[in-house]
Amino acid sequence: MNRNSNTYTFLYAAGLVVVVASALAIASIGLKEPQEKNIAIEKKLNILSTVGKGIASNETDKNTYIEAQYDKYIVESFIVDGNGERKEGDAFHINMKEEYDKIKAIKQTLDEEKRVALRKSLDLPVFIYKDDDARLKCIIPVYGAGLWGPLWGYLALNDDFNTVYGAIFDHKGETPGLGAEIATQAFAGQFVGKQIFEGHTLTAIKIVKGGVPKTDLHGVDAISGGTITSRGVEEMLQDCLNGYNAFFAKNKK
Amino acid sequence: MTGQKEKEPLFSTKILRLFTDPISKGNPITVLVLGICSSLAVTAKMEPAIVMAISVIVVTGFSSFIISLLRNTIPNRIRIIVQLVVIAALVILVDQVLRAYAYDVSKQLSVFVGLIITNCIIMGRIEAFALGNKPWPSLVDGVGNGIGYGLILIVVAFFRELLGSGTVFGHQVIPENWYIANGGFYENNGLMILPPMALILVGVIIWIQRSFNKQLIEK
Repeated sequence: MNRNSNTYTFLYAAGLVVVVASALAIASIGLKEPQEKNIAIEKKLNILSTVGKGIASNETDKNTYIEAQYDKYIVESFIVDGNGERKEGDAFHINMKEEYDKIKAIKQTLDEEKRVALRKSLDLPVFIYKDDDARLKCIIPVYGAGLWGPLWGYLALNDDFNTVYGAIFDHKGETPGLGAEIATQAFAGQFVGKQIFEGHTLTAIKIVKGGVPKTDLHGVDAISGGTITSRGVEEMLQDCLNGYNAFFAKNKK
Repeated sequence: MTGQKEKEPLFSTKILRLFTDPISKGNPITVLVLGICSSLAVTAKMEPAIVMAISVIVVTGFSSFIISLLRNTIPNRIRIIVQLVVIAALVILVDQVLRAYAYDVSKQLSVFVGLIITNCIIMGRIEAFALGNKPWPSLVDGVGNGIGYGLILIVVAFFRELLGSGTVFGHQVIPENWYIANGGFYENNGLMILPPMALILVGVIIWIQRSFNKQLIEK
């Protein structure tokens, strides 16, 4: 057959695409289960790491260990709406992106009726962690936008619903070595002991370029070379904590 | 670099040269100056650099091999498209496998795995070699070029991580009490973790290589 004819070219292209597409589809379906399991395990590990119950490096069967730790320490999880009322539902599988979009919409709309409806429709997960001394901490997820993609993380608060007990952050595609440093303990560790309320107003936590004195209860150091990511973290905390504000206010001591 | 007609042993000198050439005097990064972009992006730390190197080796090797198998059937007019489809499919496969079995590293590499598709080395080797050679030499040539690329990546990442973060593979190498914060005299060089420093390091490697191998210096 003439290799330069149009028919040959078309048939060749069509055949190639079918072969490649089926190969990719098979790979995608075949690998779906381990991939989804990785994601669920990672989420559990994230929640546990927030309160310093991360994984010991000598643990060989990482996945089983995480599952067991999660079942042991996370004693309760539930959903609250924007008014701090508890709702029925599965907190673990809430998609924070959708909730983040709602929080954004509340921020942008001026129509009071719409805001009330949106606030009521919020499904915000709360995880309750009980440490070895039976003290309770509340862990909440946060979600926002960085430079190249979404950012997310978890914040653990003491039972005064004000002081930060622990935090971790992660990202989809921030620049390695720069913005991606938000995922390190060095950055997240700075949040410990900071307070999200100033008097009775929720101020969240400021990320300050050029550094803050260690005594500042409401600010942490930004990442050099990661300005937009740092700003993204600040905004993420501001927005998401605002969503939980009513819940905090109700429980705050 | 034309197709070999006579039957050759599996590891003849010619084949071995296909493998070793791209590691030294035909290195894709330092001599051909291909694939520079990703060598700047993923070399801030050792671990992602190594996984990136392995991924690129897999993709260059197999894409050269597959294209070489197909080389007598590919319609010339859609040659580039066929190459791209094969490369893209391989890259997606690598990405999916990393996500399933090396989840932590795949997260660190994030978009850069996908960007292997645009790595000029792969297309370059297919166009220059695999289209005119048998599958076995093409595979060797692809793997060799992948290793040549990976080697530079790892060398650059080693220096960037050591001088920029004081660590190698995430382990602290510079003694803690050297740091100014702990009363010492030393401080990590923040410039090292910025991409321009990778370019400067690649430049230094090119300089060193050329001062040892005078043949590489252009007149």
